[in-house]
Amino acid sequence: MTARGALRLLGGAAVVLWGAFTVSFAILYLLPSDPVSIMLSQSAESLDPAQVQALRERHGLDRPLPEQYLTQLGNALTGDLGTSVTTGAPVTDLLAEALPHTAALAGLALLLAVLAGTGIAVLASWTRARWLRAALLALPPVGVAVPGFWVGLVLLQLFSFTWYVFPAVGQDGFASLVLPAVTLAVPLSATIAQVLARGLDEAWRAPYADTAFGAGASRNRVLGAHVLRNGSLPTVTLIGVLTGNLLGGTVVVETVFSRQGLGRLAEQAVTTQDIPVVQGLVLTGALVFVVAGLLADLAHPLLDPRLRGRRAAPAPRAVPA
Amino acid sequence: MSRTVAVRPLRAALDARPSRRRPVMPAAALAVLALTAGCAQGASAGPAATGGAPVPGGTLRFALGAEPTGVDPQQVGTNVSIYIARQLADSLTDQDPETGEIVPWLAESWDVNDELTEFTFHLRDDVTFSDGTPLDAGTVKANFDALADGPLAASAPLAASYLGGYEKSRVEDEHTVTVVLEAPDAQFLQATSTVSLAILSEGTATADPAERQQGELVGSGPFVLEEYTQGQGAVITRRDGYDWASDAAAHDGEAYLDAVEFSVVPESGVRAGSLASGQVDAIGDVLPQDVPQVEGSGGQVLNRNNPGVAFVLQANVNRPPLDDPDVRRALLPAINRPELVDTVLSDAFKPATSVLASTTPGYTDLSDELVFDPEEAARLLDEAGWAEGPDGIREKDGEKLAFDVAYAPLFTGSEAVLELVQQQLRAVGVDLELRRLTPAEQTAAQESGDFDTYYYNVTRADADILRTQFAVGQRNLSFREAPQGDDDADPLDALLADALAEPDAAARAELAAGAQREILDQALAIPLFELAQSIGVRGEVHGVAFDASSRLLFRDAWIDGGGQ
Repeated sequence: MTARGALRLLGGAAVVLWGAFTVSFAILYLLPSDPVSIMLSQSAESLDPAQVQALRERHGLDRPLPEQYLTQLGNALTGDLGTSVTTGAPVTDLLAEALPHTAALAGLALLLAVLAGTGIAVLASWTRARWLRAALLALPPVGVAVPGFWVGLVLLQLFSFTWYVFPAVGQDGFASLVLPAVTLAVPLSATIAQVLARGLDEAWRAPYADTAFGAGASRNRVLGAHVLRNGSLPTVTLIGVLTGNLLGGTVVVETVFSRQGLGRLAEQAVTTQDIPVVQGLVLTGALVFVVAGLLADLAHPLLDPRLRGRRAAPAPRAVPA
Repeated sequence: MSRTVAVRPLRAALDARPSRRRPVMPAAALAVLALTAGCAQGASAGPAATGGAPVPGGTLRFALGAEPTGVDPQQVGTNVSIYIARQLADSLTDQDPETGEIVPWLAESWDVNDELTEFTFHLRDDVTFSDGTPLDAGTVKANFDALADGPLAASAPLAASYLGGYEKSRVEDEHTVTVVLEAPDAQFLQATSTVSLAILSEGTATADPAERQQGELVGSGPFVLEEYTQGQGAVITRRDGYDWASDAAAHDGEAYLDAVEFSVVPESGVRAGSLASGQVDAIGDVLPQDVPQVEGSGGQVLNRNNPGVAFVLQANVNRPPLDDPDVRRALLPAINRPELVDTVLSDAFKPATSVLASTTPGYTDLSDELVFDPEEAARLLDEAGWAEGPDGIREKDGEKLAFDVAYAPLFTGSEAVLELVQQQLRAVGVDLELRRLTPAEQTAAQESGDFDTYYYNVTRADADILRTQFAVGQRNLSFREAPQGDDDADPLDALLADALAEPDAAARAELAAGAQREILDQALAIPLFELAQSIGVRGEVHGVAFDASSRLLFRDAWIDGGGQ
């Protein structure tokens, strides 16, 4: 890719990040009250207004909004996201501490979801047994419909409380990662299976499939060489989008499984209106979205030779799931 | 476009967490047993009798219901943070949870002058902090100076409010220190027993408040902070050589446990399941629906009601219809408090019998004035001129008898309680509107007074909490106004001010009782129920205790067989 193309992509990413920062700043400051009042409302006694003022000054909340915005934006550009109002810890430290846990969880969940989703869709597409196909295609709507919260509690009841296979609490080692990753993967794999199954169906009906059959290719050969390749393009785009959405899913899963991570951090920061932490999380989320989208775009030419060497060729867009 | 750069963050993230396989414990059989026992009501013999001498050793695994906000005893405000922080530091005095009496801890004895403005503490001479530095009069002075007007004043609001009238500390000799206050302050002695005024090392007193909250602190308590990870939990270990337990402790000398491991488990069902399957030894915030599971597995649920102001609806006296004291008084007999506890709460909670909870020193039993009597309520409202309208809601001069309650879901049962209160009031022709507030709206509403009644409670093991909540110039959620002349003075403010200046404990209790009666006479607050702390422990765990403020103490805790 040319230097110019790379610059354009980077510029686009920067605009997305700046937009996320600005919108979240505006929303957070439009809310009534401020983080200092919320923090102080936890304590019983009525407070000296001078103390409240001193705290507001320490966090710069007494200055005019445009000044606060520009100061924070400037700091963010130099990698300084400020300190948490509730705990006083630097936001970058909080993010750095939480990120590996969530990345491991989301990574495993994504892997499981891709394996399960692909498995279901391919099997349903390959099999000639109508009952099996119907049964397999009934799975994704169920997977999307059941709440993650409930799936997590059922898994815990079965595989931790009743039959101790995995620990219910703590996050040491791989064993503690399994149940939360499965919980997170269920709705994800369902979406993947749904979209991929539809993509494969269309590819089976496409003229090149008939051509391949006509040329004497076996059913398995047509599936492997033609149908899977063409039918999976929308799914790849979808996986990029889902990776961004994964962060939202971790809020519930990390709470049910008592895990530390970005989701829990987000839940805490939003309830306490901890502006610097929320901003840090919004930026992280935007970054993940940008990177995941980029990776999905890069993967397209690998699957579809028609896209190679052509700049800005429109990739097949995902069917809205 | 560089492909490698884009790929690297994901790779790095995946590599960051090496997967270490953990041996799977063959505890499945036990867990199944525990679970089936949970279904058989009353089949279990309950926790084994606490017979036998305490055994030292072992690690107690405790699952907290919420994330601690920090571990600095002087700065923490939430219960879960205090569960950790309280173990790390000692206070000048301790408060006996049974009697409310103030007993020696770091101070062997104390003298108070007649004016209640000078408190002289005679410190033990054998106390050391966990870094080896000794406790002396200068340490106490450094702590109080920092809290009253040092860097901590803003970040330790509770401690700063206890030291509201602080003038200075005078070092009399190496182990004697006098705290000088600007005005008579009868609540100060009890305040020295709280976790907020715990004494930390001199070096800690001047340290950065934010770093202290993250664990950079040195105390003299029975446990030492080993590890604290924000949002994840903490590990505290036994302080070797600890020999200055408070008179309220069950035993002298070192703690029995080697360590306590705190983890955060936000889901109540997961906490109960983890306890029942033996994955943790004790849990916080047991919800009513989880009690059978805990007890069915041989565990025990420990309860204590929070002292301080019980859960109440405090009336804003400036807004109709509650500006009429007769209307407010009619609400007192309209509430069926036992029904609140029996139907939507649990045995752990208690119907309120005063504006103060029954565990508060200075509490007086006013249950006669809080008897459920809907006919009396109806009679009072008839007398006040509110007649029943066509839809069952009373009316007067075309106005409906309707008001709102501003509330935050302070604990899991809040919503259900208020819905039941709504039904009970509806039965006597009063329309209550529930107005749920976010934490942010809460603060705004408290400042502006934009509510008819406010639903809340406050924990403190001293009757002075009445003054800080009800006196004009304090929190005063009733928005009563300062008197214009002597004739206009409210007897309540006089009672509360006199109590603060009264040295004699009995006389002070008498004034506090008068204030409680006055609050009900004016019906400034409609008491509902007393909050309770519910802790679940396995049958093997003993000696986990509540202090006078209903927060946990592990100093006397032990596990059967030392946890082996």
